[in-house]
Amino acid sequence: MDSLVKKYSMPDKNGHFEEFGGKYVPETLIPALDELEQEYLKCKNDKDFKKEFFNLLKHYGGRPTPLYLAKNISKELGFHVWLKREDLNHTGAHKINNALGQILLAHRMGKKRIIAETGAGQHGVATAAVAAKFGLECIVYMGEEDIERQKLNVFKINLMGAKVIPVTSGSKTLKDATNEAIRDWVTNVENTFYIIGSSVGPHPYPMLVRDFQSVIGTETKKQFKDITNNELPDRLVACVGGGSNALGLFYPFIDDDVKIVGVEAAGKGIDTNQHAATLTKGEFGVLHGAASMLLQSIDGQVALPYSLSAGLDYPGIGPEHSYLQKTKRVEYSSATDNEALEAFKWLSEKEGIIPALETAHAVAYLKNKKNNIKKNEHVILNLSGRGDKDINTIAKELGIEL
Amino acid sequence: MNRIKELFSKDSKKLIVFITAGFPNKDSTKDLVMEAIKGGADMIEIGIPFSDPQADGPVIQAANEIALKNGITLLEIFEQVKEIRSQTDIPIALMGYYNPILKMGTMDFIKKCNDAEIDGVILPDLPLDESVEFCNNLKDKNISPILLVAPNTSKERIKKISNLAGELIYAVSILGITGNDLSSKNNLENYLAKVKENSETPFMVGFGISSNKDVKWFNNFSDGAVVGSAIIKKVLKDRKKGVVENFVKNLKK
Repeated sequence: MDSLVKKYSMPDKNGHFEEFGGKYVPETLIPALDELEQEYLKCKNDKDFKKEFFNLLKHYGGRPTPLYLAKNISKELGFHVWLKREDLNHTGAHKINNALGQILLAHRMGKKRIIAETGAGQHGVATAAVAAKFGLECIVYMGEEDIERQKLNVFKINLMGAKVIPVTSGSKTLKDATNEAIRDWVTNVENTFYIIGSSVGPHPYPMLVRDFQSVIGTETKKQFKDITNNELPDRLVACVGGGSNALGLFYPFIDDDVKIVGVEAAGKGIDTNQHAATLTKGEFGVLHGAASMLLQSIDGQVALPYSLSAGLDYPGIGPEHSYLQKTKRVEYSSATDNEALEAFKWLSEKEGIIPALETAHAVAYLKNKKNNIKKNEHVILNLSGRGDKDINTIAKELGIEL
Repeated sequence: MNRIKELFSKDSKKLIVFITAGFPNKDSTKDLVMEAIKGGADMIEIGIPFSDPQADGPVIQAANEIALKNGITLLEIFEQVKEIRSQTDIPIALMGYYNPILKMGTMDFIKKCNDAEIDGVILPDLPLDESVEFCNNLKDKNISPILLVAPNTSKERIKKISNLAGELIYAVSILGITGNDLSSKNNLENYLAKVKENSETPFMVGFGISSNKDVKWFNNFSDGAVVGSAIIKKVLKDRKKGVVENFVKNLKK
């Protein structure tokens, strides 16, 4: 999982990406985080663990996912657009990669009860699936508002035997679901494993989620070379909420001469107060166990983010993204609800691929910035998830009754 | 001498009362604190409301939400504490989450604590690993960093934590959040004995302590008991004057 890393070596042993990251959690969780870190470091280089993980990715998850040259949009844009088809994974998004990795850890640690938070429901579905497979009890915390906009995923989670607990505090979205999951973990820490869905939270989570997801980038690198005979693509693009699909693609290319772009949700516009563009508009802060950039008020209260896409509707961001922004290794851009909706329709019509609304933000970047991208560039976009779950939201936006 | 050190150098058992600032009304802080003192509280914890209080149960979450709706800010809390300080010499600690303090700037926060004669600071989301510099800066101003230990904290770590804290530590009674039910007395006894044996400072116990009976029991094993959610619950139910005073009197009996 880490064999491709040459120079870049983050986080440090205390889980810091310079000032970002760390473990800002109640004392009760410290022993659990230490235990998790030790187990992970043991497994990371363990042949049997790796074999089991990659077997599951292949036979349960459906890997490798294709790297597909989207010729129609490439022609329209004037550069080569390659889609890394994470939407073709079991459960419909990249989330399954991480859920499989973490449930293997839980299994090894003998934990009988799984908890998770979810926004768009994709991580909830992935966690419910792997918990069912391993025969473990599973509780998914989900904001009331997200339950409303992602009914299909709630239904799927229930079908697989997991329980969805509605969260009614705060903005009733991902941020509050995460608070509730942390409170549950503090209370049930002895028998419970918390499967965090993105590269957020206290150390070691941002690191291990990134590592489990980095199968995306490792595969992509090999596929691109095999197909094109070129060493490297010119540019990578991915949407960023917490940031796990993006890091999964980016990480194996971090030391390479490749331009890397993350796309945040600009909601109704970054000059309004209704967006989720943490890196574009946030300030240094601490939330959910890590120091990172954060959308917040002048008094340090966490701001209520906004995005039409439930998976990007989060006021924080993984600490490694804050670090990659600070060091300018990754460029961060943003796309609005409307731009994402347009891109959603565009990709569906041109390529016959319906992307998740989250992913559509990255697709929108290609259209928005096409003049900044050189002719014949090879651009790889992480098509992180499929759009089935968003059909109701999209129909509503288009004024169509299903 | 720091008021907390002075209080905990006495042999008596201390009752520490927690009040959320700006709750139930923005200007209630002082009245509720003065009621708690009249009722017999030995030390006051003033909660800084936060939008995402991860270590708190539903009761203190509700108080936080109400206080934030009332528009209370950290700057206003310092003004309220100054007013309280002009009327009492009781030890006062601030309890809150790290982000609002980071936003203000930690050095600015410490300076304002010093100006308002605050004696201690409790931040449940700033554990030992991340807090060394902050704690040392507090201690430079003679303010006690009151670090927390939990039932699953190792002996070695209790030693380190109490060593960094210097004057007082806070033993969380349970694996859980504020207002949760207490675990079995047998487990608690073993845990508190472990804290006593390994801590280099006095310690108070909190989380889930809600009655006179609880307080009396904890007094057998610790230097003091913190009551928070139970107080807030009373105020949520009945905002009449005297509710806090009577409840604290009863706890102290």
